[in-house]
Amino acid sequence: MGKWTRRAFIGAGVLVGGGLVIGVTGAALAPVRHGLRDEDAENIGQLTTWILITPDNAVTVLIPHCEMGQGAQTALAMMAAEEMDADWANVRVKEAPATDEYANAYIVRAFVNDVPGPFERGFDYGTYRLARWFGLQVTGGSMSVRGTGHHGMRVAGAAAREMLVAAAAKTFGVSAGECTVANSRVTHAASNRSATFGELAKAATQESVPTHPALKDPKSYTLRRKPQQRIDLRSKVDGSAIYGIDYTMPGLLHAAVEIAPVIGGKLVSVDTSAAEKMPGVKKVVQLEEAVAVVADSYWRARTALASLKPQFDDAGHGAVSSASIAEAFDKAIGAAPEMPAAATVIKADYTVPFLPHATMEPMACTARVNGDRAEIWAGTQDPLNARKTAADALGISPENVQYTNLALGGGFGRKLPGNLDFVGMSARIAKAASPAPVKMIWSRETDMQHGYYRPAGMSRFAGALDASGRPVAITSLYAGGGDGESTFMPYAIDDMKHSARDAKHPVRTGPWRSVLNSQHGFFKESFIDEMAHAAKKDPFAFRRDLMTDQPRFKAVLERLAAMANWGSPLPPREGRGIAICESFGSIVGEIAHVSVSPEGVLKVKEVCAVADCGDVVNTDTAAAQLEGGVMFGLSAALLGAVTIKDGKVEQTNFYDFRTMILRDAPTVRVDFVISGAHPGGLGEPGVPPIAAAVTNAIFAATGIRVRELPIKNAKLAATT
Amino acid sequence: MARMAITLTVNGQARSLDVEPDTPLLWAIRDTLGLTGTKFGCGVAACGACTVHINGKAERSCSIPVSAIGGASIITIEGLAAGGKLNAVQQAWLDQQVPQCGYCQSGMIMAVSALLAEKPHATDAEVDHAITNICRCGTFARIRKAIQTLAADQGGGA
Ligand code: FES
Ligand code: FES
Repeated sequence: MGKWTRRAFIGAGVLVGGGLVIGVTGAALAPVRHGLRDEDAENIGQLTTWILITPDNAVTVLIPHCEMGQGAQTALAMMAAEEMDADWANVRVKEAPATDEYANAYIVRAFVNDVPGPFERGFDYGTYRLARWFGLQVTGGSMSVRGTGHHGMRVAGAAAREMLVAAAAKTFGVSAGECTVANSRVTHAASNRSATFGELAKAATQESVPTHPALKDPKSYTLRRKPQQRIDLRSKVDGSAIYGIDYTMPGLLHAAVEIAPVIGGKLVSVDTSAAEKMPGVKKVVQLEEAVAVVADSYWRARTALASLKPQFDDAGHGAVSSASIAEAFDKAIGAAPEMPAAATVIKADYTVPFLPHATMEPMACTARVNGDRAEIWAGTQDPLNARKTAADALGISPENVQYTNLALGGGFGRKLPGNLDFVGMSARIAKAASPAPVKMIWSRETDMQHGYYRPAGMSRFAGALDASGRPVAITSLYAGGGDGESTFMPYAIDDMKHSARDAKHPVRTGPWRSVLNSQHGFFKESFIDEMAHAAKKDPFAFRRDLMTDQPRFKAVLERLAAMANWGSPLPPREGRGIAICESFGSIVGEIAHVSVSPEGVLKVKEVCAVADCGDVVNTDTAAAQLEGGVMFGLSAALLGAVTIKDGKVEQTNFYDFRTMILRDAPTVRVDFVISGAHPGGLGEPGVPPIAAAVTNAIFAATGIRVRELPIKNAKLAATT
Repeated sequence: MARMAITLTVNGQARSLDVEPDTPLLWAIRDTLGLTGTKFGCGVAACGACTVHINGKAERSCSIPVSAIGGASIITIEGLAAGGKLNAVQQAWLDQQVPQCGYCQSGMIMAVSALLAEKPHATDAEVDHAITNICRCGTFARIRKAIQTLAADQGGGA
């Protein structure tokens, strides 16, 4: 299909029925690129980011990212439609299928080729296992808009526009420069002629593909930087959206599972005879690490599962506890860092717990295995990796697995590559029940106890101030994970060092909304606040005065302080706290306003957030992402913890792992600084500053410094 | 426990099912009747994702056995939009662009619809007391705004 230009990797082709297809391929970074010959081009033939224009004048944008709530699909379609001057009312979106052709290597490009600022300071490839991303179709790392959108969608949209204009100019017999485009229509005003994209699509396929289409000056945007309704929301208010857990088909069987409770444990034995005779039960499946019951309804599977008394081993981890891990951190870090001789030296330790993702939709996956072929249905953040995970679990080739991605009931990192254990498990269960299709649903208890947790961590800080209150040194030693980006502090202090210490534990960990930044955001922005108070300076002014080399940080901080009316008087036992972090290429500052009753009851009344993410595509979903990040991070800071005892996760469900509900939620106000910098993410960067903003506010209100999360464990009552 | 024939009135229609009487209403609705808009989140009445209306009251269907329903009228999220027209709460949810992943929102909308049907001008305090559903994506600021807008109008219950 289509003509290829080897240099630019923009391609176009004709659809059955006379439509125009245009796309930009990610092949620029894929291994096939090196062997790309003209003959191959036709075979490779598919493009990463697609725009289809059909004769009915609809523009369909095919998007290689799933929708897990960020509005990414809407934003990406807007980026293409803006460059095309398409009529937004006639733009449709489709999610690309899980095939290699849609691998979004643009993710890799966004990280590697166009290294945004913070990554130069030592991006830890280990965190997201960058290598594994090659050829993957990931939605995560705030990458959709930054990578696919910025490099792919805009260019494909601009190329389509040029081809449509060229076709119109030929049809009208005028020069392309005299034509204008608006609302999916090309017009030649002087001769009063015009044609719709749909009418021009077929002729446009005959035009050569521009290798470097001109991109719009952002000042002329008509669609972007404005609030647009998300295209997927109607289905999310009327119950019609189909999530992974909702998938059904004729003959579907249902599976319930119990996994070895101790980390890494294996199934030793289970007596299945009674359960196998229970109503509706088809099979009891023994897996290495779990036992599953397959039945004709989920409730029957669950009931039979509950009657089993499986014996599991403890993989030698029976003595692991939160206390033993904290001890290991403390030992690995050792003595507090040395400080130069200075007027004032302060030291502080901070700790954060493990956190589950606790997506509202528990892990669920449907699989059908037939010989060496399989079909999988689930909602994951990486369809291609899900396909490979299932293939590996079955010992077959990924080409033999057909994977269909469905809506995700939350991701937050739980459904990224490396964390797709549930897909593999579902495939193994279905293999045992082959050829019947089997939907496996984890109970909330299984989901809570078998996560890939946000790593617990500890950081030991020391800092020195000279006689004028100016900081001269900050050093931290930390355990539990960290990297150059997450530990970066934007302050002009000559002597700043952050060093990792290694402390091993067997708890499964993984990326959790904002990865390592949620821990280090709390550590570093707490400590700089302690420095400000030690220097007897205002925490906002103290930070600002140290941002001499960081104009973007400074602009965000100043906008934020003005927005939150920083410094205006508050009643007793109320306070404001400020924090600012850069992650995924975006700088986000937050101010929390709290009150603490004399009895110690904390109320977060309001949070203001300002972000510089370069540019904003859809102002409304951008705001929603920041609001969501604030709430997600706040819920964790106030209440969230997973604790380990006897090698097991202690929490089981939402009654012992508490999360925020409506009555706990503050008002959130957000604003954006449009700096024009390389686009940053928005799904995650709202999270890192919030914990420190709140604990800094608690200090301002009460004089009590909370150095350990969650805040619910702190005693905040007034001492009499 | 042996299966038995049970008749439920769901979204105005009598539906007969053959399930064990201890089957939670949630699984009867989802798996037997195929109405998947009602979600499973916890199974222990702790999250609200499974909220439906039973005789107009918001109830958590994961924790009610089908045998306890009798002739009561059950409304699920699919039954809120009469003739395809969203109810006032659903419309407010669209106007405020509330959902993110959307998974909790069926339950939220059911809970809020029942509350506003009973108290069209519910105060923030009444809302805080009644709406205890969990949303992990953190859509609370918009939920609050949508409810306030509805309560300021003439109420928007189903
Ligand atoms: S699933 Fe019923 S309340 Fe959570
Ligand atoms: S919108 Fe995702 S859990 Fe509420």
